[in-house]
Amino acid sequence: MDLSAINPILLVAALMSAATPILLAATGELVVERAGVLNLGVEGMMIIGAICGFAIAVETGSPTIGFVAAAVGGALLSLLFAFLTQITLANQVASGLALTLFGLGLSALLGQGYVGIKPPRMPDINFGPLADIPVLGPILFSHDPILYVGLLIVAVVWAVLKFTRVGLVLRAVGENHDAAHALGYKVVRIRTLAIMFGGACAGMGGAYISLIRVPQWTEGMTAGVGWIALALVVFASWKPWRVLLGAYLFGGITQLQLNLQGAGVAIPVEYLAMSPYVITIVVLVILSADKSAAPGSLGRTFHASS
Amino acid sequence: MTELLSLKGLTKAYPGVVANDDVTLSIGKGEVHALLGENGAGKSTLVKMIYGLVKPDSGEMTFDGEVFLPPEPRAARAAGVGMVFQHFSLFDALSVAENIALGMEDAPKMNTLSERISEVSDTYGLPLSPDRIVGDLSAGERQRVEIIRCLLQAPRLLIMDEPTSVLTPQEVDILFETLRKLRGEGTSILYISHKLEEIRALCDAATILRLGKVVGTCIPRDTTARDMAEMMVGKVLTTPKRSGVSLGEVVLELDGLSLPSPSAFGMPLRDVSFALQKGEILGIGGVAGNGQDELLAALSGEMRAPAGMLRFKGQSIGGDGPVRRRQMGVLAAPEERLGHAAAPDMSLTENAMLTGAVREGLEQNGFLNWPAARGFAQTIIEAFDVRTPGPANAARSLSGGNLQKFVIGREVLQRPEVLVVNQPTWGVDASAAAAIRQALLDLAEAGAAVVVISQDLDELMEISDRFAALNEGRLSAPRPTEGLTVEQIGLMMGGAHGMEVAHV
Repeated sequence: MDLSAINPILLVAALMSAATPILLAATGELVVERAGVLNLGVEGMMIIGAICGFAIAVETGSPTIGFVAAAVGGALLSLLFAFLTQITLANQVASGLALTLFGLGLSALLGQGYVGIKPPRMPDINFGPLADIPVLGPILFSHDPILYVGLLIVAVVWAVLKFTRVGLVLRAVGENHDAAHALGYKVVRIRTLAIMFGGACAGMGGAYISLIRVPQWTEGMTAGVGWIALALVVFASWKPWRVLLGAYLFGGITQLQLNLQGAGVAIPVEYLAMSPYVITIVVLVILSADKSAAPGSLGRTFHASS
Repeated sequence: MTELLSLKGLTKAYPGVVANDDVTLSIGKGEVHALLGENGAGKSTLVKMIYGLVKPDSGEMTFDGEVFLPPEPRAARAAGVGMVFQHFSLFDALSVAENIALGMEDAPKMNTLSERISEVSDTYGLPLSPDRIVGDLSAGERQRVEIIRCLLQAPRLLIMDEPTSVLTPQEVDILFETLRKLRGEGTSILYISHKLEEIRALCDAATILRLGKVVGTCIPRDTTARDMAEMMVGKVLTTPKRSGVSLGEVVLELDGLSLPSPSAFGMPLRDVSFALQKGEILGIGGVAGNGQDELLAALSGEMRAPAGMLRFKGQSIGGDGPVRRRQMGVLAAPEERLGHAAAPDMSLTENAMLTGAVREGLEQNGFLNWPAARGFAQTIIEAFDVRTPGPANAARSLSGGNLQKFVIGREVLQRPEVLVVNQPTWGVDASAAAAIRQALLDLAEAGAAVVVISQDLDELMEISDRFAALNEGRLSAPRPTEGLTVEQIGLMMGGAHGMEVAHV
């Protein structure tokens, strides 16, 4: 066992990258749930984003266009969910599960021609001399642009929810859709937009896996990250900064256990592999013990006539 | 008096029912106009059209001389119509200031808004702290949030839908002071209620609706409450009467019952004590949300109580669940008809089975005797004049009043020794309410002990022997209803809750 082989600076830098897919998907889902909609289709929207981003990046040679395509793909798939739950008033849980299964199947079909291809690489942002600062340089200034976009989205979502009227109306719709309707707010429209935002974020999260984390396409490559993102939103008590904390915790332990495996620690690999899930859930359960409750209308079907 | 709002021939039909049929009325500037009618008379539909939530099928409205047809509430608010809703349109998890901002067109910055809220609440004697979370407020305070939300927009017409149903008599007096101040400033008020004495005290004119049609207008000051009631109901009312049996031994005893509330925004029960005698009706009043639901749950067995706090004929029953209590003869009918007292999508037979299985012997060794259950349901339908094609119909398909008769009848016919009912006549038309009250009186006369939890003080005064009030989870000492004044009742309910008379 050789723990000195683990470089803490590289570990922190790597965990930020490992956490980004979950962070993006969970932030999107947070907005959806704050608007009162429970979309269990995160996994399906992520995998669709992964293949859309991958395919378009390969065809155009531009990873940036790939990410845009991933966001569009995720949002389009989420529109299906919005149609089912907001227009035809279908059950949200069943529709979300169906969306995941549909997304997994459709992505396998779309990705048939892309197995074994290497996508164009997205270069890291060049911060010039900033990257040479000891410790901080490699941690903060040595990443690809999407990672910063992810952090920016968290900050923007937090600020919008807390300080703007748009955020207030969104929270109001999620808290009590009947009252919001009585005051004249367009519940279905607001929720549809929130669902599309969630889909776009999940799509980008998926593309981050297929274009940056594991630059290749394999079927089902999101491997349950969408479900972790869903759990993260709940355990983070629907608060953006806690989602960031939870995502980094999960990413960090994932990296750490990989390093520990590499260093040959005398713990069975299975225990190490499950540790990110266990520790993240334990920490967030402890954090969520305070009385911040779920949005009042979460998962309830809204019908304007009642 | 010049006219502010005038409605001509407004008609709105829903599938199977004409909610408003050729309704015409006019409200002058600075007039307090009452809209009277029973539940289902079409009052709510009418104000929803004025507030832009519902579009009329035909007819026209003018507001201040101009044609008025708001496509959405936003437009109505912009024209100067404010509305205080009956079922509060508030968001529990948001603060007072955020709730108010949501009801305004161009809300100012939060700290400016907070200042204006404090200003208005000061002027009109409606104390309210802008930073508090609405879920923690009492019903009276929640109503203040709604009123201030309207006042901040300087409305020319204020619509109030049953504003006093959640207030103590003292709070009602103060609200009326505020409304009279507003009238003095030239604001018109459309006041919806079925409480006739209040209308007589406050309103300048009244329009009475029955089954969607205008059946009369009157000057409330010059009309007796009885005449207005008969216009509203369309027939002569009989008041329930009782023979006044002597009370027997104590059957149910609560001794310092304290329980936490199961819901986050609920009210814990604090040291509730009373003793209930055979043949007695105990009326429990109080503003909604002061522990009524929790008390019913504690008595029915949905919430278990520690040993010794709850005794039936001297035996502790705190740890027994609803089924065990039903076997002994302690029955309950909760407030919420659909979803709590009855399963909405199940038939009346199935609903009769659900609570009647134990006492009516509808179940043997785990097997259900459906013919017997159908017979029981049929008996209820006949005995309580429930209007339905038959026991195979779903509970959801019945009107509120009919389902309420079924739910109460189902318990009454099981020969309870103790019956606990919460809001037995809520949302029920006057003749059905009278029938339900009479059934409760008859039950007590036959020797059962009855606890009636209600927000309708007139009802409690009419049928109960003793009266107690719940306030913040505490029960006042029960007092004989005879000779109890409204003022004393108000004080038992918690007085004015810190409200003060407006000082404009």
